[in-house]
Amino acid sequence: MTAIPTMSANSAEAVVIGASAGALEALSVILPALPAEYRLPVIIVVHIPPDKRSVLVELFQAKCAVKVEEAEDKIAIRDGTAYFAPPDYHLLIERDKSLSLSSDEPVLFSRPSIDVLFESAADAYGPALIGVLLTGASQDGAHGMKAIVESGGMAIVQDPHSAFAPAMPEAAIAACPGALVLSLQDIATYLGSVQRQ
Amino acid sequence: MLEKTEDIEIRLLLDALYLRYHYDFRHYAPASLKRCLNQAREQLSFTTFSALQEQLLHDASLLPRLLGYLTVQVSEMFRDPTYFRAIREKVVPHLRTYPSLKVWIAGCADGEELYSLVILFREEGLEERTLFYATDINQEALARAEEGIYALDRIRLFTKNHQDSGGKSSLSDYYSADYARACFDRSLRQHVVFSDHSLVTDAVFAEMHLISCRNVMIYFDRALQDQAIGLFKDSLARKGFLGIGAKESLRFSNHSASFQDFVREERIYQKRAE
Repeated sequence: MTAIPTMSANSAEAVVIGASAGALEALSVILPALPAEYRLPVIIVVHIPPDKRSVLVELFQAKCAVKVEEAEDKIAIRDGTAYFAPPDYHLLIERDKSLSLSSDEPVLFSRPSIDVLFESAADAYGPALIGVLLTGASQDGAHGMKAIVESGGMAIVQDPHSAFAPAMPEAAIAACPGALVLSLQDIATYLGSVQRQ
Repeated sequence: MLEKTEDIEIRLLLDALYLRYHYDFRHYAPASLKRCLNQAREQLSFTTFSALQEQLLHDASLLPRLLGYLTVQVSEMFRDPTYFRAIREKVVPHLRTYPSLKVWIAGCADGEELYSLVILFREEGLEERTLFYATDINQEALARAEEGIYALDRIRLFTKNHQDSGGKSSLSDYYSADYARACFDRSLRQHVVFSDHSLVTDAVFAEMHLISCRNVMIYFDRALQDQAIGLFKDSLARKGFLGIGAKESLRFSNHSASFQDFVREERIYQKRAE
């Protein structure tokens, strides 16, 4: 396994995850590995077509021990719950640790946008945030990862060599040279272990 | 804990915007607002919000440019076609029973939702008896709504949405196109009043049978959402209808008891008789 993350895992209050092409397979390694009594909320943006009803929630509800929900506007974030951004809306995190949706214009052709989630999460959680960027064919998430690092949070990027689509993790690594680059399995193990340390 | 300089600056800027121009963004959802403000600051070439605030206070010409970043929402005609289908199939039969109708499109931005409803009402034979109020706080957006001109490359999506919503005519009946633009027919505006109105600072102005306000309240914090819902409640005739965005809800509102679900999955509510 790769080097031990520098951030004290006990100080983490939330995990944000961004994924695009290949997201389903990648998340299927990570989310089911989280235990039922998981201490942190996990807030997720996956690029999905705007006109499709998302099946992500139902799919992962069946696979996961943690609660899985679609993010709703202005609800308070609960620990031990995974939230997916709904299709065709940006998902943001407020300072009071509630969720907000917006229909602002797509960013880098995407709504929901990973950058929008990550930047707002960095602002809300500061150093108590773990950002995870997975497989994808766009540049989304690189700015957001940079914001997380600049706020003192931890940046974890899927190893591009093992990613279904390497462009997105590569862009994030270029923007954040200090990011921890891990395989999916190691990301799953690390996130699953956060609460036990 | 001490506040960050930028947060203090943003608060002061919002105060200035309200005190000087009476535009009140102080209860907008902060995360999205901050994102828009950052875009405005960068693209208007200010290094700090304090510098932006100084010019805003002394130069009113900056106001519309700033508002452009804070308020303009890009929508689609017949966005979420199932919503418009529900209006057509479930709400229209009730509206038919009234000799005259008032419809309020609150936060109409560039007018896509307005034209969708006018076309739907024309198809259903209700346009002649209806007065539409299209309101927004952004004057420039209102002017664009009144022009009814949209980029031609958006029309394909509008047309598909219109068909999916159960449209009974062809969308091309309502516009003329040149190489880049589609200009919607002026006859669609015969029954429309365009007006500057703020859900934050303005009051009831007419008794409505249908209010459509989609993806506007998601930009508000809980308190302001509740205030807007109260305004809609007071503006509706008894048994009037309120349609909101697919991801919005009355569930958390103090006024929720005044409404009942009418088409639950499309977020269409009916004001209770009492």
